[in-house]
Amino acid sequence: MQGAEDANGREGTEMAPTTAADSPLAAALRDRLGDRVVALAEARGETTLEVAPQHLREAAALLRDDPAFRFSELMDLCGVDYQGYGEAEWETSQQATATGFSRGVEGEGPGRFRWSERPQGASVPRRFAVVVHLLSISHNRRLRLRCFCPDDGLPLVPSLTALWPGANWFEREAFDLFGIIFDGHPDLRRILTDYGFVGHPFRKDFPLIGNVEVRYDPDRQRVVYEPVSIEPRVGVARVIRHDAGLAQARAEAADRWQQN
Amino acid sequence: MEEIRNYTMNFGPQHPAAHGVLRLILEMDGEVVMRADPHVGLLHRGTEKLAESKPFNQSIGYMDRLDYVSMMCSEHAYVRAIERLCGIEAPIRAQYVRTLFDEITRILNHLMWIGSSALDLGAMAVFLYAFREREELMDCYEAVSGARMHATYYRPGGVYRDLPASMPQYRESPWHKGEDLKRLNAWREGSMLDFLAAFAGDFPRRVDEYEELLTDNRIWKQRTVGIGVVSPEQAQAWGMSGPMLRGSGIAWDLRKKQPYAAYADVDFDIPVGANGDCYDRYLVRVAEMRQSNRIIRQCVDWLRANPGPVMVETHKIAPPDRESMKSDMEALIHHFKLFTEGYCVPEGEVYSAVEAPKGEFGVYMVSDGANKPFRVKLRAPGFAHLSSMDTIVKGHMLADVVAMIGTYDIVFGEIDR
Repeated sequence: MQGAEDANGREGTEMAPTTAADSPLAAALRDRLGDRVVALAEARGETTLEVAPQHLREAAALLRDDPAFRFSELMDLCGVDYQGYGEAEWETSQQATATGFSRGVEGEGPGRFRWSERPQGASVPRRFAVVVHLLSISHNRRLRLRCFCPDDGLPLVPSLTALWPGANWFEREAFDLFGIIFDGHPDLRRILTDYGFVGHPFRKDFPLIGNVEVRYDPDRQRVVYEPVSIEPRVGVARVIRHDAGLAQARAEAADRWQQN
Repeated sequence: MEEIRNYTMNFGPQHPAAHGVLRLILEMDGEVVMRADPHVGLLHRGTEKLAESKPFNQSIGYMDRLDYVSMMCSEHAYVRAIERLCGIEAPIRAQYVRTLFDEITRILNHLMWIGSSALDLGAMAVFLYAFREREELMDCYEAVSGARMHATYYRPGGVYRDLPASMPQYRESPWHKGEDLKRLNAWREGSMLDFLAAFAGDFPRRVDEYEELLTDNRIWKQRTVGIGVVSPEQAQAWGMSGPMLRGSGIAWDLRKKQPYAAYADVDFDIPVGANGDCYDRYLVRVAEMRQSNRIIRQCVDWLRANPGPVMVETHKIAPPDRESMKSDMEALIHHFKLFTEGYCVPEGEVYSAVEAPKGEFGVYMVSDGANKPFRVKLRAPGFAHLSSMDTIVKGHMLADVVAMIGTYDIVFGEIDR
């Protein structure tokens, strides 16, 4: 999860520790939040603030009410599962061309396993995060607020529903899809999945094809649930390339942009 | 004395006024709603998870299927997220084409909205009028992309291809012949831009027709004025955006406040409501149609005067044209790599939002440097709006719930994703 500098020398990623974030917003955040700031990064014109779960509610209240911030709207709240971040299924290093076509995909990449074969046991530090996107209408600014769950066995973060009632459904969604538990949420039920669904489908160790399928059984005259019968199949391998192509392409595009 | 208890009613999921598959558990005291518990997710397809298993470009088509009445706006947010991660910018002509089609989409969406929500409240005729114009705009969708709804027209780096030089015409058939056929084809003699110019010239008159049917209509006003009032504070607390926020008197529009595409260069106004009730939101949407028409006119003029490329020429992202592919080895390799493996997007994360017809449609994208997104989160405006249902409709009559569902402008493709 290390951040790499991209070609323009900007910080290419969010995972990097505190970096040169020097906008007025970043300065104000550092000033008001002090040592509650775990990380503060700016990339692509967006500010990302990371706080610890125990400080989340306090920081959020400050962000909403302090005249310097006034983040009156919570636009989005979602869970992220960082398991397998930065892992490719297809190592295209020097040997890739030497071995020709023998580059078949191996392992249990995303979407390539069934419910019974799902990867289990491996504990990933800083696996689940809650990412909140705030919007300040009076200052015309956005802020991304991130909070990692300390325990990935029982991901627990405080709820923000008391501050922004609109967080209610977003938190229910994150609970449903990732199993993140929001402490203090008034009504933490599943929202998008079926009644009686088992598992949290957007976790990286949940199969893409799902676990059960439903059909109507004419004999029993009701809908029955059965294990999925389809094969897991993903057509394209997941690869990571750090070729110069994009940097060059970007420079060319910038030139052309000026000509137009 | 017999105990009096509240009555629980199941509204939907197959109710025609539920606009899709909304299941609403209503706790009623007589005809007054005490509590509303929307059950959503009946159309959940796991779009975000599917996108994680595919190269970036293969998910553009899914975006059309989220909000299936404002297709290209969702595409716009998605391709812009990729463009911002890659640090590329579409050519200026593509920006104008996108602006043009975003506004066509806005009119398409608002026409669908005005027709169906008037139908919910008992006005049949508006629906028929609105669908007449929808047909003409869908023909524009078809002319550029080949599909009437699910276009997949926007691509990272521009748009799929330039606007067509001729507009498809109706052919003679037992249903269209003689004078009727001549009338249908009257605008279709020239290019698509000529067609749009003719459409934009005529459209304000058509909007007048809808307004004639509704704006001063006594029944329409009785059903909407003072119903479902959303205060500006409530609107912000519930994360509302788009006409829901503007209907409550907050002049917030991403096209003005955080301009993207060519919105900084076109001239338009933000209509704002005063009371935050269903009637104001109706007025805002009607006024938005007129403003969109203004933008379409300006885009048509600009596009006529300024030919140019509509796609970046970096073949690491955009495929080379078919012709060079047949003769140039390099082009063939690029084509093969793009359509088998896709391109790798630099590591990072981005939140790209557009002003979709229903409100702020956002795409939060995390890339770990691979050819597939690591995480895509789609922020649907309808999801935030619908979550406020319980608070807003409490104390209203059952029939007002239908008016409220109407003005939320909900589409389950985007709420359930």
